Amino acid sequence: MKAFQYTRATTQQSAIDAIAKPGTKIIAGGTNLIDLMKRGVIAPDKLVDINQLPLNSISVNKLGHLHIGALALNSAVAEANLVKDLQPLLAMALNAGASPQLRNMATVGGNMMQRTRCAYFYDTTMPCNKREPGSGCGAIGGYSRMHAIFGASDKCIAVHPSDMCVALAALDATVTVSGRKGQRLIPFTEFHRLPGEHPEMDNTLAPGELITGISIPHNNFAKNSYYLKIRDRQSYAFALTSVAAALEISNGTIKQARLAMGGVAHKPWRLFDAEKALVGKPATEESFKQVAEIAMQGAKAYEYNKFKLKLAPATLVEALKHAAGLV
Amino acid sequence: MTNDTMTKGMSRIDGRLKVTGAARYSAEFTPAGMVYAVLVGSTITKGTIRSIDTKAAEKAPGVLAVITHINSPKIAGYQVEPGKQEPAKGTYKLFYNNKILFNGQPIAVVIANTFERAQYAASLVKAQYNAETYQTKLADNTAKAFAPEGDGKKTRGIADAWKTAPVKLEQEYIIPSESHSPMELHAIIAKWDAPDKLTVWTKTQGVQDTQDGIANIFKLPKANIQVNSKFVGGAFGSALQVWPHEVAAILAAQVVKRPVKLVLGRADMFTSVGYRPNTWQKIGIGATTDGKLVGITHEAAGQTSTYEDFNEDPVGVSRSTYACPNVNTVYKISPLDIGSPTWMRGPGEATGAFALESALDELAYALNIDPIELRIINNAETDPDSGKPFSSKYLKEAYKLGADSIGWSDRKAKPASLSKNGWLVGYGMGVGMFGAYRDKASAKAIMMANGTLIIQTAVSDIGPGTGTAMVTIASDIMGIPADRIRFDMGDSSLPQAPSQGGSSTTATVGSAVYQACTDLKESFQKLIGNGGTDKPDYVEVLKKNDLPKLEVTAAVSGGPEMEKYAMYSWSVHFIKVLVHPATGVVKVDKAVCVADSGHIVSPKTARSQIVGGAIGGIGMALMEEVIIDHRYGRLVNNSFADYHLPVNADIPQIEALFVNKPDPYLNPMGAKGMGEIALIGMAAAVANAVFNATGKRIRELPITPDKLVGMEDLLES
Ligand SMILES: Cc1cc2nc3c(=O)[nH]c(=O)nc-3n(C[C@H](O)[C@H](O)[C@H](O)COP(=O)(O)OP(=O)(O)OC[C@H]3O[C@@H](n4cnc5c(N)ncnc54)[C@H](O)[C@@H]3O)c2cc1C
Ligand code: SF4
Repeated sequence: MKAFQYTRATTQQSAIDAIAKPGTKIIAGGTNLIDLMKRGVIAPDKLVDINQLPLNSISVNKLGHLHIGALALNSAVAEANLVKDLQPLLAMALNAGASPQLRNMATVGGNMMQRTRCAYFYDTTMPCNKREPGSGCGAIGGYSRMHAIFGASDKCIAVHPSDMCVALAALDATVTVSGRKGQRLIPFTEFHRLPGEHPEMDNTLAPGELITGISIPHNNFAKNSYYLKIRDRQSYAFALTSVAAALEISNGTIKQARLAMGGVAHKPWRLFDAEKALVGKPATEESFKQVAEIAMQGAKAYEYNKFKLKLAPATLVEALKHAAGLV
Repeated sequence: MTNDTMTKGMSRIDGRLKVTGAARYSAEFTPAGMVYAVLVGSTITKGTIRSIDTKAAEKAPGVLAVITHINSPKIAGYQVEPGKQEPAKGTYKLFYNNKILFNGQPIAVVIANTFERAQYAASLVKAQYNAETYQTKLADNTAKAFAPEGDGKKTRGIADAWKTAPVKLEQEYIIPSESHSPMELHAIIAKWDAPDKLTVWTKTQGVQDTQDGIANIFKLPKANIQVNSKFVGGAFGSALQVWPHEVAAILAAQVVKRPVKLVLGRADMFTSVGYRPNTWQKIGIGATTDGKLVGITHEAAGQTSTYEDFNEDPVGVSRSTYACPNVNTVYKISPLDIGSPTWMRGPGEATGAFALESALDELAYALNIDPIELRIINNAETDPDSGKPFSSKYLKEAYKLGADSIGWSDRKAKPASLSKNGWLVGYGMGVGMFGAYRDKASAKAIMMANGTLIIQTAVSDIGPGTGTAMVTIASDIMGIPADRIRFDMGDSSLPQAPSQGGSSTTATVGSAVYQACTDLKESFQKLIGNGGTDKPDYVEVLKKNDLPKLEVTAAVSGGPEMEKYAMYSWSVHFIKVLVHPATGVVKVDKAVCVADSGHIVSPKTARSQIVGGAIGGIGMALMEEVIIDHRYGRLVNNSFADYHLPVNADIPQIEALFVNKPDPYLNPMGAKGMGEIALIGMAAAVANAVFNATGKRIRELPITPDKLVGMEDLLES
């Protein structure tokens, strides 16, 4: 890899100042960044290590909102009692991701910012609009097994690989970011974006902005939440499809629902219409099958991922059954 | 053999070194002045290099040299035979000319004073190509497949007799290419001690075969080459030849006149050291209504490269596994513009057994006969292919042991009959066989004055625990505890031993160790006189005779029994799977592997051999697949994130059972091989269990969820 400079930021401001310069990248756990550098996908001139910033707290405020710092480790979040009690869906999603070793290094901010695992993105000899805008999309017409069935464009059909983010999208989380212009909040569902004409942009974080944390508003889903991930092996594999399902059930009737899918789109795919359709329905397999049809509206498959048209609704029904305590 | 260690089993003699990191693998030596080499791979699949720009790389910090086909020293062993245009077919010839024969082929090697610098400089080498059209897809190229030398068509009885049987079927089975993917990356350190004298530390399954290979390529006297390979972190067949990266390091060391280390990256492991080839198979099989086999026709077409005819005879299993009067087999290989395949655990048989053992299960279902029963009905009492008696075969006992342990009686013949907590439950089984061999080998046994026994032989240990087995044998014969025995190996200057492969090490090298120890003990008994004693006090005898040590070298060879008997190891795998009907997820719930591999010399390491093979088989069945994008001829899953091997969560409880009856003829220990049979037949056992669970027959591996998704109706009905 290309030689690069390495510095440690000791204050948030110095980190923000440092990343204002082009060619500078933040390093947190490094589990994605370093791989990309080794494969030559990115070649920053300078790395700013932010691990010394005090951004790893996990806390709850008076309103019951859970706040998690951007540097909290994936494993620490998954194991925190606050998280397990208040937002078990998030803990489940985190534990479904990567491997214990990786979760011990990976941070919340880094997880949100991880790049797609599309093979063409990783191989610098192949065309990829995300890596090199205008070079074409290797996956379209190529090996598209892991790719999107929702919201893709003719420029890019990649998926966002995170599990954690699927849960956060379902749970109406908010992202806090800081830049030279100050702090702003981004609703989680608007943090990641669809590829459209600009697949090189994964999300709406502006250049020079630092993620400082996320917060999840209080909810009543803890009892009936489930994260289901279908993959080619039982651990340490990215999702073929995954579903974060959170229900509030009263006397067998669904009062509220939150649903998001992973492995199907360029961003965690929130299923607003299916959620609405669930409200007022009995928590039965029958209801879940009905909303699975709604959820799949507009899905479009490519040569090697047609199976996702069946697997995604099956995953959704199964996740809902688990959330509702039917299995 | 009554020694205590024989029954309970000794722990690995090198286990502690391995888990504490004290064991030094080939990349972990640092001869003075060592520098680092990194390969540059081609980015096209076929064509010629028009030009190659190495200037930027040469100017990069720390770079000592960049070698390409343009400036490479001539390699003596690549010479063309008189009257020929091209060198003979064989392993890929590094920097031989400007031709590109496969994607990722090494086109340059960059040498620098640090690894990072070499790697960076390698990224600066830019080639211009004249690309040509190419073929990388076996399915499109079976028509141009040809019969490899010595194989091809074979017929016993009447060809295609299965067609005349009252119950018959014909099906196609496909396995994708699989990568060995050992944990340890292939690595070499090459050091020229003089212009014609070389020392290498390299990952190899056979130090002396590597010595031979290097001698042939560089035209050096064998005695001038020292090969070291003390520890090998798995190889599975990927380290049985001298590969281009090894040639590159040796060349590089010659050019820069310093020791050179070259470690392949994980991505390169997929294109540089072979793989199990993508193979298409078709089986026609027929039986009488009471289950007697009438005929089997087994065809196969496997891929090879354009520069080497790789031949592994996957159809051989159909000729020898069952008593069947009429068997005809056809095997062809199809040259593609890809790197050469090579031996991979259970080579040939593992591929063939997936087809044969799946077909047998299909036949059992068609006949409505229990799959074990069908195999017992057709059990071969003598080798159907050669007509020779088996040296030993206890397969029927193995069926019984395994069936009891898995709970076969719970199995229902009708698929999709059993379920548990929303998962379908199925049982399947499959048989494996592999030739049992004994080769030539020598071993030296030295008794030192302090009572330490040193055993020396040039074998490698790629993981099965060879050292442990050899020490067990020596300890038993000499009657001394294992901790007084030192085992030296992985050094080409030691007494002759073959490469570790084909499950023959214990039989072969074990025989030599057995002989050397027996002879050494006899020498002591002679010194004692009066017929000696069965438990000589070695230290005392040496002292009395004023000897600093006593040593014996013994050599063994194949022996006439090998002509008289058909020698095979056998295995039977039993699998219980859970299949989630809606999502198609398959979990192996339990595996039972029973080996008829003669007397078990080293029970603990034997168990790990079986468990490792079973895991390999589960990987083959459920997840392993090398994927090429044929539009580019390039791999798209050349990493451990994307090429899936089983992880702990995928590995069920694995029961390793042994018939543990000695083979009377193969060697004095009564041991047969077990490395290959641990895997052969496993993939079919899993596929058969999936069929039993779901009624869906998967004939193309691996069995991933996409192939099964959407069977929720099965549970409801
Ligand atoms: C083999 C493998 C398997 C994996 N499997 C899974 C899986 O199944 N599911 C899953 O969800 N994930 C998986 N992962 C991905 C893993 O979750 C991510 O690599 C990890 O979360 C990244 O976190 P990090 O802290 O290491 O980020 P880094 O690698 O340090 O950084 C990643 C990116 O985020 C940026 N960044 C980091 N922190 C901030 C911040 N605070 N503000 C702004 N930008 C920031 C960096 O500049 C960089 O661009 C896998 C990874 C590997 C290597
Ligand atoms: S899908 Fe997106 S990431 Fe993959 S090759 Fe196409 S543009 Fe690149």
